[in-house]
Amino acid sequence: MTEPIAFPQGPIGQVSGRGLVLRGDDIDTDRIIPARFLKCVSFEALGEQAFADDRKELAGEHPFDQAVHQGASILVVNDNFGCGSSREHAPQALMRWGIRAVLGVSYAEIFQGNCLALGIPCATATPDQIRALQDAVAADPTAEWTLDLQALTFSHGSTSQTISLASGSLDMLRTGQWDATGQLVARDAELNRTMAALPYLNGF
Amino acid sequence: MSSGTLYDKVWDLHCVADLPGGATQLFIGLHLIHEVTSPQAFAALDDKGLPVRCPERTVATVDHIVPTISQQRPFSDPLAEEMLSTLERNCARHGITLNGLGSGRQGIVHVIAPELGLTQPGMTVACGDSHTSTHGAFGAIAFGIGTSQVRDVLASQSLAMSKLKVRRIWVGNRLTDGVFAKDLILHVIRTLGVKAGVGYAYEFAGPAIEVLSMEERMTLCNMAIEGGARCGYVNPDQITFDYLKGRAEAPAADIWDRAVTWWSSLASNDDATFDDEIRFDAAAIAPTVTWGITPGQGIGVDERVPVSEQLDPADRPIAEEAYRYMDLAPGQPIEGVPVDVCFIGSCTNGRLSDLQAAAAVARGRHVAEGIKAFVVPGSEQVARAAINEGLDQVFREAGFEWREPGCSMCLAMNPDRLEGSQISASSSNRNFKGRQGSASGRTLLMSPAMVAAAAIAGRVSDVRQLS
Repeated sequence: MTEPIAFPQGPIGQVSGRGLVLRGDDIDTDRIIPARFLKCVSFEALGEQAFADDRKELAGEHPFDQAVHQGASILVVNDNFGCGSSREHAPQALMRWGIRAVLGVSYAEIFQGNCLALGIPCATATPDQIRALQDAVAADPTAEWTLDLQALTFSHGSTSQTISLASGSLDMLRTGQWDATGQLVARDAELNRTMAALPYLNGF
Repeated sequence: MSSGTLYDKVWDLHCVADLPGGATQLFIGLHLIHEVTSPQAFAALDDKGLPVRCPERTVATVDHIVPTISQQRPFSDPLAEEMLSTLERNCARHGITLNGLGSGRQGIVHVIAPELGLTQPGMTVACGDSHTSTHGAFGAIAFGIGTSQVRDVLASQSLAMSKLKVRRIWVGNRLTDGVFAKDLILHVIRTLGVKAGVGYAYEFAGPAIEVLSMEERMTLCNMAIEGGARCGYVNPDQITFDYLKGRAEAPAADIWDRAVTWWSSLASNDDATFDDEIRFDAAAIAPTVTWGITPGQGIGVDERVPVSEQLDPADRPIAEEAYRYMDLAPGQPIEGVPVDVCFIGSCTNGRLSDLQAAAAVARGRHVAEGIKAFVVPGSEQVARAAINEGLDQVFREAGFEWREPGCSMCLAMNPDRLEGSQISASSSNRNFKGRQGSASGRTLLMSPAMVAAAAIAGRVSDVRQLS
């Protein structure tokens, strides 16, 4: 693995880097990070363990192991990526391996929320667009691609496709408000009002 | 857009504020934590220098990493020991109740919160665990979250969320003998697919749902997430109230009637609007078994593994992958497939009625030669209740091992796991590649009674033909 780039911070207008294709529908979080690697109290070591079982099975031929893909940062996947367990260890493992954006047909909801909380955009495009982009990305692993959250495009040279992001996540990423803790803590008076009106907190 | 549903009512009551960026700040009424997804959240809280906002609204237990043979401390696995001691330290430091080993209240988080009466109608329930959808059985909005969101709940007792659409899953008629809530949900997922529920909450309703016990409703809602729906729920009714009455953390006698009145008001209105509705016929459902590597790859026990040409073109690549991985041939009957390991337990099917159903099959019979079969109660309370009925003896005499409570082989973060390409009959919730601890291990999901039948016969069997 090459020197990792910094973790996401602040407003995210675009992600640029080399692409990496991982084909297949319904790739679940047990495959992204098998449960035995969840035995940890910190996420730090997870990058090395992303797709551990698939990589072992493919003995060096998995995209995450191939020399040409080291340093890639945009993962191009298919349908229902990240289904299954809610483990944030999955996007953490991808992020620590070097992934900074994902592009695919669709995502499981909890996975997408976990990515958002880390500042990793999960962009979508149609199945036909994704197939074409996967072919284009795979054809030249050295090409630099840009996922642009302002123009909503994924492009390299003269190749460009329109992408989408859920409107809520798009605004949060663009404005840097994807790290929600500060906003949530700030509205304590409103929180107290909500609590005061909830029957089950007030003897019904 | 939905209106007048339980989901709409509970959502509205818990809205704190609209956040910039379009999300809603949602108050969380009950926050459940365990050892796997909480340590990094507590560390992040420390990094930000924030206290826990409402320690009394977070409840902890330990379940994923606990061994089920000996729970003697320290655990022989130092990583497991470190995870539990970290949880103990974090809970003690922040004043959070931990239902630890030997407390009489420990068990799988989705088993203990209902049985303690913590989960109640009208609450929002969050936990760093996708099977949090289980708690929807009580008419709560309950959903799994990631560790960053665990941090957010600890810090603010709230989450930034977007409202879901609401789909009613209407189930007519009644389930027939030998067919359980597990079969119903496997059938729903098989029919709709594993991602149909993305963006939806599932309301389970109709005559077949209204007669289900609370434990059956929990099984049903537990696996809503396997169909892509982050939360599933059942409207609260007399069965819900009867279950809750007298439980340790349920409303006390002096406020009970007021609680029931409020809970009753939350059920979806007769004229509620749903974003869509899909109807099923419970009487047409057979005991259902998965043959593949997603929970959507299920068939009736009397059916054959589908051939590729029968499937939607989009489903064919993963079916091809499943034939190879499972070493099952298209067109092969699922009944009769030999199994190596039989596991009864998990947050899906580790409750007393699950053990009763399996014991009814095991009683007076014996596990087939060469089969490893074991029963893992979902909690210390379930274990006690089962032992009081003599179920542990029934299982032991039938050749099953009787274990201590925990998540066990559902996800194999503990010593219970498949070896090599062993194939298991499992009452758990996921048949993903490698899920049960071996990178080539194989899982057939089914009801606890069907697992017991498989253990007795040594192969997948139709439990309806055993009695």
